Amino acid sequence: MTEILRMTKLKIEGFSDEQWVPIVKGVDVRLDKGEVLGLIGESGAGKSTIGLASMAYTRMGCRITGDSIVFDGMELFGADEEFLRKIRGTRIAYVAQSAAGSFNPAHRLIKQYAEAPVQHGIMNFDEAEKKAVDIYRRLLLPDPERIGYRYPHQVSGGQLQRAMVAMAMACTPDIIIFDEPTTALDVTTQIEVLAAIKKITREFNTAALYITHDLAVVAQIADRIMVLRYGELVEENNAREIIASPKEEYTRALLSVRTLTEHKDLSESEKDIILDVRDVSASYSGKQTDLVLEDINLKIRRGRTVALVGESGSGKSTLARVITGLLPPLKGEVIYEGKALPPALKNRTREMLRLAQMIYQMPDTALNPRHKVRMVIGRPLAFYFGMRGQERDNRVYELLEQIELPRKYIDRYPNELSGGEKQRVCIARSLAAKPDLIICDEPTSALDQLVAEGILKLLQELQNELRVSYLFITHDLATVKAISDEMVVMLKGRIVEQGVKKDVLAPPHHEYTELLLSSVPEMDPDWLDNVLEERKRKGIKMQEFVQS
Amino acid sequence: MAFLKLLRQSPLSARIGLAMILINVFAAIFTPWIAPYTETEVVGDVWLEMSRDHLLGTDHLGRDMFTRLIYGARNTIAIAFITTILSFLVGIICGFFAATLGGWTDQFLSRFIDILMAFPTLIFALMVLSVVGTSIAALIVVIALLDSTRVYRLSRAVAMDIEVMEYVEAARLRGEGIWWIMRREILPNAMPPLVAEFGLRFCFVFLFIAALSFLGLGIQPPTADWGGMVRENAGAITFGILTPLFPAGAIAFLTVGVNLIVDWFLHIASGLKD
Repeated sequence: MTEILRMTKLKIEGFSDEQWVPIVKGVDVRLDKGEVLGLIGESGAGKSTIGLASMAYTRMGCRITGDSIVFDGMELFGADEEFLRKIRGTRIAYVAQSAAGSFNPAHRLIKQYAEAPVQHGIMNFDEAEKKAVDIYRRLLLPDPERIGYRYPHQVSGGQLQRAMVAMAMACTPDIIIFDEPTTALDVTTQIEVLAAIKKITREFNTAALYITHDLAVVAQIADRIMVLRYGELVEENNAREIIASPKEEYTRALLSVRTLTEHKDLSESEKDIILDVRDVSASYSGKQTDLVLEDINLKIRRGRTVALVGESGSGKSTLARVITGLLPPLKGEVIYEGKALPPALKNRTREMLRLAQMIYQMPDTALNPRHKVRMVIGRPLAFYFGMRGQERDNRVYELLEQIELPRKYIDRYPNELSGGEKQRVCIARSLAAKPDLIICDEPTSALDQLVAEGILKLLQELQNELRVSYLFITHDLATVKAISDEMVVMLKGRIVEQGVKKDVLAPPHHEYTELLLSSVPEMDPDWLDNVLEERKRKGIKMQEFVQS
Repeated sequence: MAFLKLLRQSPLSARIGLAMILINVFAAIFTPWIAPYTETEVVGDVWLEMSRDHLLGTDHLGRDMFTRLIYGARNTIAIAFITTILSFLVGIICGFFAATLGGWTDQFLSRFIDILMAFPTLIFALMVLSVVGTSIAALIVVIALLDSTRVYRLSRAVAMDIEVMEYVEAARLRGEGIWWIMRREILPNAMPPLVAEFGLRFCFVFLFIAALSFLGLGIQPPTADWGGMVRENAGAITFGILTPLFPAGAIAFLTVGVNLIVDWFLHIASGLKD
C-alpha cells in the first residue's frame, strides 16, 4: 500500500509554568492510503496533539520541535503558512468532538459546508451544493436534499456530528482526523455516527486518524491501533490482534471489562425501603402540558445501588432534583422512611437534608476553587454535627483515609488535585454528612476509564462498609452493569422498565431497553457490522425512539 | 507575614505601583510637616515659574502649588477612597442579594437601579446636592450611591454566573443560609472582576468630583483637590504655563499606581484559578 503520511520522531512541546514541557516525546506515525489508524489513550496521552500535528498544526501555546512530518511526499514541518493553508481543509480535514460547539449557529449547514471548497477555489457554490446532497445521502442523513438548509440548532446532535463529517469530506481529502467524534453523544446516537463514518471512509477510500479513549469504539473503525500514554507509544498493532492479544500491561488494563459485580441478597422487603418516590410528575414551567417527569414510582432500599438509565433529555437528572427538593413536583410525593418530605428545599429541616447527598458529574464545578479540602470536607461536619477545631480536622483525616487520599491533601486547593482526586473529595464531602442515600449524577463520565474504575470500586467498598444506598444516574451501560443492583430505564420522562439488574438485562426486553443494550459497543471488531445487520433484518429504525 | 512573602515574589511592576501609592499615602498623612506653606496662604504673584521658594510655582491666586498638591492628596485620596469603598459595599451586597435570591427581590432591585441609571449621573448629582447642600459627607454619599448602580450591575452579573455552579447548589442542598452562600461561596470567586473594577471606579471618582467642582457643587474652595486645581488653573495653558499639568500629573500618577497593584492582584487570583 502506498504511504500517505509519515511522522518521524514527532516531538511537541507545550508552554506551561514559564518553560517548555514535552507533550509528545518522539512518536512515529505511519498512515497508508485508505487506512484507518486508531489513536487511543487517556487524557494527557497526547493523542489529540498528534492528530493536529498531522497537518503541522498545534494548539495555542504548543510547538512542534521535530523531526519530520511528510505528507504525500511533501515535508510539512517548517513549511510556510501559505503552503499549509492550501493543504489544510482540502487534503487533510478535521472533525472535532463537539459539533454543537464547532458550527456557527448563525449560518445554515450548507453554507458552512461550502466554505472550504469555495474558499480554496475548488468548486463554486452550486457544485458544492450538489456534492453536499450526495454526501449527506451517503451519510444516511434524513432528507438529504433539504437538510443542508437548516440551521445547526434545527438538527439533532447525531445529525450535526454527521453534518460535520460531511463538511470534512467536502474537498474529498486524503486524510480525515476524527477527534473523539462520538464522545459527547448518547449510545443510540453514537452507533449511527459510527456507522456513517465507517461507510464514508470506505466509499471514498479516505485515510483517517481516529482519536478516542474508548477501545470498544475504535475497534469497530480502525484497521490499526496505537496505544499512547504520556506522549509515548505503548503498543501498536493491527486492531484485531491488539484486542485478541494485548502485549503490554497498560493495554490489558484498558481492555479489561469492568468486573465489579458481586452477589448480594436482593430479596424485596418492605422495611428496608429508605426512599420511596410515589406517582411523581414534574415540569419546569409548572404546567400540566409539558411534563418532564410523568408518574414516576421508585423505591430505594438500604445498602443497594439503583441505576437510573436513560439518554439525555429522558428526565433522569430532573428526578434527582425532585428528590433533593430543588424542583418541587406537581404531583406525588417523596417519602423518606415512611414520612413524606416537604416538597420544597426551603421547608426541609437540616436533618432531612443531611440524609441525601449529591455527587456531581463535573468535579471541577462541584468544588469551590477558593476552598481548601479542609473547608470542603470540614464544612458539612461543622454544619451538621457542630464539630470544631482539632475534632473536625481529625474527622477530615479519617475521611481522607476512607477515600484513599494522603493526609497532606487537607491543605490543598481543588486546582492542585487531579480529576479523579477531586471526585474523591466530592465523595468525602457527601460522606461527611453520614447520609443514608447518595445521589450520584454521572460521577464517572468526565473521568478517564482507569480513574473511573477506581472511583466505582471506592463507591462499592464504601457501600459495603457503611450500608449507604446509591441512586446512580448514568447513560453508560457498562457502568450500570458493573455497579448496580437494580435498574430503572427511563425514556422521555417515563419509566419503561425497572427491576433487579439481572432481570432487566435478561430478555425479554422492552424494545427501548433492547435498543439501548444493543447500542453499547463491544470489544469485538465485528460488533458494529453484526448489530447493523441484525437491525436491518428486524427492521428497527434507529431514530424512531429518539425523534418521535 | 503572608503578605511579606507575597511581596517578595511580586513582579517589578507591582513594587513600582506600591511605591507610587505609598508616596501618596505618605503625603496625605504627614501633610502639615511636608508642606512648606499652609493650604490657603497667598505667597506670591500669580502663576510664578518654578523656583527654589516655590518648587512647582504658584497657582492662579498666587498660592504655592507644591503645598496645595500635598493638601490635595489628603482630600482627594481620602474622599475618593471612602466613596469607592462605600459604593462597592452597597453595590456588591445588593447585587449578590439579587443574584442569589432571584425572583421578586431581583426584579425590584434591578428595576430600581434601572430608574436611577436612567438619569444622567451628573445632572442627578447636581439635583441632589443642590437640595441637601454641598458638605463633604453629602458629596461622598451621593457619589457612592450613584456609582454603586454600576457596581451593582457588575456584581449581579458575575454572581449569577457563579450562582449556577454546582458547588453553590451543593451548599444550598446542605441547607446553608444566604449569607454563607454570598460570603463564602460567591464572593471569593467574584473577586477578580470586582477588584479590576475597583481600580477603574477609583479613578472615575476623581474625575467626577472634579466635574462637580467645576460646576461649583464639589469640594468647595479654598479646600484643595486635584480635580478642582486642574480646572482652576486650566486657563494657564493658553499662556504656555505648565501649572495645570501638575495636579493632572498627580491624578495620573496615583491612577497608574492603583492599577499596577490591581493588575498584580488579578495575576495572583488567576494563578489560583487554573
